Amino acid sequence: MEKFITLTSTIVPLPIENVDTDQIIPARFLKATSREGFGDNLFRDWRFDGNNQPIKDFVLNNPTYNGTILVAGKNFGSGSSREHAAWAVAGYGFKVVVSSFFADIFKNNSLNNGLLPVVVSERFLADIFAAVKANPAATLTVNLEEQTITNNADGAIEKFQINAYKRNCLLQGYDDIDFLLSNKAKIEAWEKTNK
Amino acid sequence: MGKTLFDKIWDKHVVAIVTDGPTQLYIDRLYCHEVTSPQAFQGMRNRNLRFLRPERTICIPDHNIPTLNQDKPIKDPVSRNQVETLTKNANDFGITLFGLGHKKNGVIHVVGPETGLTLPGMTIVCGDSHTSTHGAMGAVAFGIGTSEVEMVMASQCILQAKPKRMRMTIDGKLGAGVSAKDMALYVIAKMTTGGATGYFVEYAGEAVRALSMEGRLTLCNLSIEMGARGGMIAPDETTVKYIQGRDYAPKGNAWDEAVAYWNTLKTDDDAIFDKEIKLNAADIEPMVTYGTNPGMGMGITQSIPMMDNIDESGRISYQKSLDYMDFKPGEKMLGKKIDYVFLGSCTNGRIEDFRAFAGFVKGKKKAEDVVAWLVPGSWAVEAQCREEGLVDILNAAGFELRQPGCSACLAMNEDKIPAGKYAVSTSNRNFEGRQGPGARTILAGPLVAAAAAVTGRITDPRV
Repeated sequence: MEKFITLTSTIVPLPIENVDTDQIIPARFLKATSREGFGDNLFRDWRFDGNNQPIKDFVLNNPTYNGTILVAGKNFGSGSSREHAAWAVAGYGFKVVVSSFFADIFKNNSLNNGLLPVVVSERFLADIFAAVKANPAATLTVNLEEQTITNNADGAIEKFQINAYKRNCLLQGYDDIDFLLSNKAKIEAWEKTNK
Repeated sequence: MGKTLFDKIWDKHVVAIVTDGPTQLYIDRLYCHEVTSPQAFQGMRNRNLRFLRPERTICIPDHNIPTLNQDKPIKDPVSRNQVETLTKNANDFGITLFGLGHKKNGVIHVVGPETGLTLPGMTIVCGDSHTSTHGAMGAVAFGIGTSEVEMVMASQCILQAKPKRMRMTIDGKLGAGVSAKDMALYVIAKMTTGGATGYFVEYAGEAVRALSMEGRLTLCNLSIEMGARGGMIAPDETTVKYIQGRDYAPKGNAWDEAVAYWNTLKTDDDAIFDKEIKLNAADIEPMVTYGTNPGMGMGITQSIPMMDNIDESGRISYQKSLDYMDFKPGEKMLGKKIDYVFLGSCTNGRIEDFRAFAGFVKGKKKAEDVVAWLVPGSWAVEAQCREEGLVDILNAAGFELRQPGCSACLAMNEDKIPAGKYAVSTSNRNFEGRQGPGARTILAGPLVAAAAAVTGRITDPRV
């Protein structure tokens, strides 16, 4: 996994609430047997019409907005457990998703793929949307070591939460399976006492 | 201080706790389907790993499979490849497979409980958010991502933060014509689609106790639709009777020991929950959804909420949702014309659902302009429909049974609702495009689906 430390980027705003994983990657695109290529179909049915033509007013088709930070309305990633949603967001090129609230499984899946979910307050989120509306070149800075996010338009800073273990995994590019297998003796001990 | 049912099972399965981090939890059962497992199997190959406990995993293809002509090769080459990949993976790693054509094939969340592979007290995971279904048997069961599936394959463990505990007590009695599905849609409408995020829910109270095992599975199935990590119900006589004699249920002395243990699986009187919700079953009427998430549901006689009643931050989303459905605030759902009816899925693909549907349409006729897909959750359900004579009743009313699978719930196979058409669906999600690009889904229980199938309109099954 790629290491993550700090990032400053322009913003792709998606001020829709309850964006579910069926919108992030529709089920008909889940038939691949590898992890690659899902970015091409990120938000497929919002991005392209029935004839596979780009829908002009969707934000990913608007050249005004680009960057590696996606900012979305509250409860992002609800619904299905498909990790393909995290693969699609990361595969498209996003490194960070910011929202005031994430669905649990999407949050775990993101962390397991080096995509950082950053939870901010409703106020902070509204201010980001306002900043990018006023100036599409507005940027955010995310610092994982300090656990801070800065709205560079007004200099406002918020701390964000992430458990220390996951933070360390992201900073070091570690992987859970290596960790779990290093605990094999404990697993076998548990099995012995819980037959 | 006493413990909750959830804590009793979770705590027993703790292998280690990472400092300032997640818990390493032992997993008793891993279910794999063809969509969310191939990358995990590939990961195992890339790392040159074998399963730590292959006997604890069961593979069942269900998402992609056709519901007609299952004896013939799958037409869509990409779906066929995914199903064949699961077969190859199961064979390569020595995992039990209930493949296409196997008499135990069906939707994982229907097959697990009905074969006795799911038992009280277990920890159960699957790369599928509706794994919460198995909680109805008194298990801690939750959906996970593919990286986590790989963790369990390799180590029989998963790293998880311990969720908070919520108790949802539903007292009183359900009215006639009101089902477990209505109860679940009512709960989700109250809680909203993210209202239980971060929590594991225990359902309790008189109305929950009174549910059959099938009804309980429906209720727990939909826990994820309010964001909950899972839902569960303490095992009782209903649970024990349901399990006894099933293929993988314990037998002989092991049975007696198991039942004695299951009897301890209940929340202690002095246990404390992080959140308590109390509802009354008598307030619930048959439910329908009008929007594009399962929290957008209401009693069938109600009107679609006015914009003034929606929080300001949610208005863009609300309007987008109603535009997609082509509904307007203030409209009634009753009387709206519909095009398709889907009975089935891990939510409502069990015998009780087919009994309810058949009971309603008995002696009536399917509306001519309605297309109805009736898809049993498993071959066992299909067989029972035949034995009980339900198939004859359905056929006489103009309905036919298809073959088991996830089908139109997520339309990964050929069962897609065409763009712009309205489907009354007993499944779990009404998201945009869920049942096919442009498809418009109205979630409901089996009785509302049956009433819609015979009238061609949203109809109150009680009148």
